[in-house]
Amino acid sequence: MSERLLEVRDLKVSFATEEGVVQAVDGVSFELEAGEVLAVVGESGSGKSVTAMTLMGLTRGPNARFEGTARYKGTELVAASDEELQRVRGAEIAMIFQDPMTSLNPVHRIGDQIIEQIQAHEEISDSAARERTVELLDRVGIPRARERVDNYPFEFSGGMRQRVMIALALSCDPAVLIADEPTTALDVTIQAQILQRMRNLRDETGAAVILVTHDLGVVADIADRIAVMYAGRIVEQGKLDEIFYDPQHPYTWGLLGSIARVDRPRPARLPTIAGMPPSLAHRPEGCHFRPRCPHEFAECVKTPPLESRVPASPGHKDRCWLSVEDKRGEREIVPGEIGLEDKKGVGAAV
Amino acid sequence: MARFIVRRVVAMVFVLFAISVLTFFIFNVIPAGDPAVRMAGKSATPTTIHAIRRDWGFDKPVYVQYVKTMGRVFSGNLVSYINQRNVIDEIRSRIPRTFCLAIGAAILWMFVAVILGLYTAVRAGQFSDRFLTVLALIGISMPVFWVGALMAYYLGFKWEIFPNGGYVPLTDDPVDWAYHLILPWTALSILFIGVYSRLLRSNVLDTMNDDYVRTARAKGLSERQVLVRHVLRNSLIPIVTLWGLDFGAVLGGGAILTETVFDIQGVGQYAAESVSQLDVPPVLTVTLFGAFFIVFLNAIVDIVYAYLDPRIRLT
Repeated sequence: MSERLLEVRDLKVSFATEEGVVQAVDGVSFELEAGEVLAVVGESGSGKSVTAMTLMGLTRGPNARFEGTARYKGTELVAASDEELQRVRGAEIAMIFQDPMTSLNPVHRIGDQIIEQIQAHEEISDSAARERTVELLDRVGIPRARERVDNYPFEFSGGMRQRVMIALALSCDPAVLIADEPTTALDVTIQAQILQRMRNLRDETGAAVILVTHDLGVVADIADRIAVMYAGRIVEQGKLDEIFYDPQHPYTWGLLGSIARVDRPRPARLPTIAGMPPSLAHRPEGCHFRPRCPHEFAECVKTPPLESRVPASPGHKDRCWLSVEDKRGEREIVPGEIGLEDKKGVGAAV
Repeated sequence: MARFIVRRVVAMVFVLFAISVLTFFIFNVIPAGDPAVRMAGKSATPTTIHAIRRDWGFDKPVYVQYVKTMGRVFSGNLVSYINQRNVIDEIRSRIPRTFCLAIGAAILWMFVAVILGLYTAVRAGQFSDRFLTVLALIGISMPVFWVGALMAYYLGFKWEIFPNGGYVPLTDDPVDWAYHLILPWTALSILFIGVYSRLLRSNVLDTMNDDYVRTARAKGLSERQVLVRHVLRNSLIPIVTLWGLDFGAVLGGGAILTETVFDIQGVGQYAAESVSQLDVPPVLTVTLFGAFFIVFLNAIVDIVYAYLDPRIRLT
């Protein structure tokens, strides 16, 4: 097995707000190996972005409380000092944010914003840093990079700005790249280009990627493993095929069911998951998905642990009390269902 | 840029013209505004008044008087109705005093306000922030004529720590120059420091929540670099605008109270004295002088603004 880069253990993040304590992340654990793409999937407010940003210390503040550990190559990130964090940020772990329209400083040239990061981590002359910046911009597909390095962000389109953000993130050869909904703010055609670009760069640089998204369609192309988050907890995690072809948690079924697919007869209405995600300040007892779950039964008032329930795949874990057999039965009746009939064909190919 | 300058110069001519017309006509219609009566003195005969009226051209139609007066403003021949001294010479001799007061105070208040605003924003909600916030509010609430008078009385007159008013030219003795100006600079700056530091504090707090500041942190910059290069740089833009306008007003003689309290004998004090005597020529000239600086600094502010924020284009 390859080297374990990042190990998150029982991470808890809560914020004190006027409505009470919001438990944004509640006991999240996962590992990341070199070169691997881990997708963290969930609805808005599931704690996926907070988890990602906590790894870089970006959620720190007077109202935030943290528990648990996140170990990156021997550095503990959750409790790291500001100096330690500064060394890791940008150089070891880099981040691409959701909205490229606002994530670049409007008053500085894009080249200077990249050079600034390179020089924060390396003793390098202005001209050498500039040269590298031009190469980076060229690599992420900015045409005429040598001229455009001196442009301001407002002179770029959204997709181009996201490429600049990717160039920025890659400028110090990070071992881990965290992409927080990198394509959400972009047109569909641009989304595909950006994802393609990220895939190529992953292959070229060998960086591990944590891809935070609410869009399972994005994940299918690029992820090795998937963690599904709901109301601050990971409710299911496993390899891409395990999640797509043998999903164990009813929430995952709902997510998969609500993808529009061109290879199926079009339903009258795209299936949705009934109800709303719970407020993170007042979460239901036991399984948080219980109030929205059509399969709820007596056991669900107890919190199900995240554990392996499918004997054949020990890495595939979920938080649902239903037995594997019951699930296979119940799952069939989920409207718009999931991918079961593909299972043979694709499964054989894997 | 050339187009911008041409447009601004044309606009300035219009503004100054409108201001001169307004000022001149206001003084023509206010009660007891007849200069001939006042120039003739208390027990003047109607003949004397009539003679003055004819000699000075006060019997001509108002627009003729206006054109003549404006002609004198530009040829430098305008004299005061009260003491017959040349207005342009008078202003010229007072300009260094007003400029020294304005430039020193503007640097002082901007410098202190940036430090205070940044510090209170970083410490937002803590004791030091609340304490300085109260101080700033007190500073905003204190009128210059009161705080200036207190300073002049206690620090200048009673305890003799600083000179009690007056002005020494910079070229005569730089140390004494600064020594005389410390109190006026401070008095003039207090209000501005209060306003600017509050404004900067709220701008900084807003900017700190912007996405690009998070990006800057994620790059691994030190907190200081994040603050100066990203937060402060962006929060200063509106403050610089305000600063330019206030600086223009003070340069143009707007610090009337400060100049008067500390007897600096600057342009502002001249304006105050002339207004109290309803002396139209100096009032008109000082008003134009002040308006010129406000319009001029406005244009400068726009240029600086375009430099600070590349999204702005000068047209």
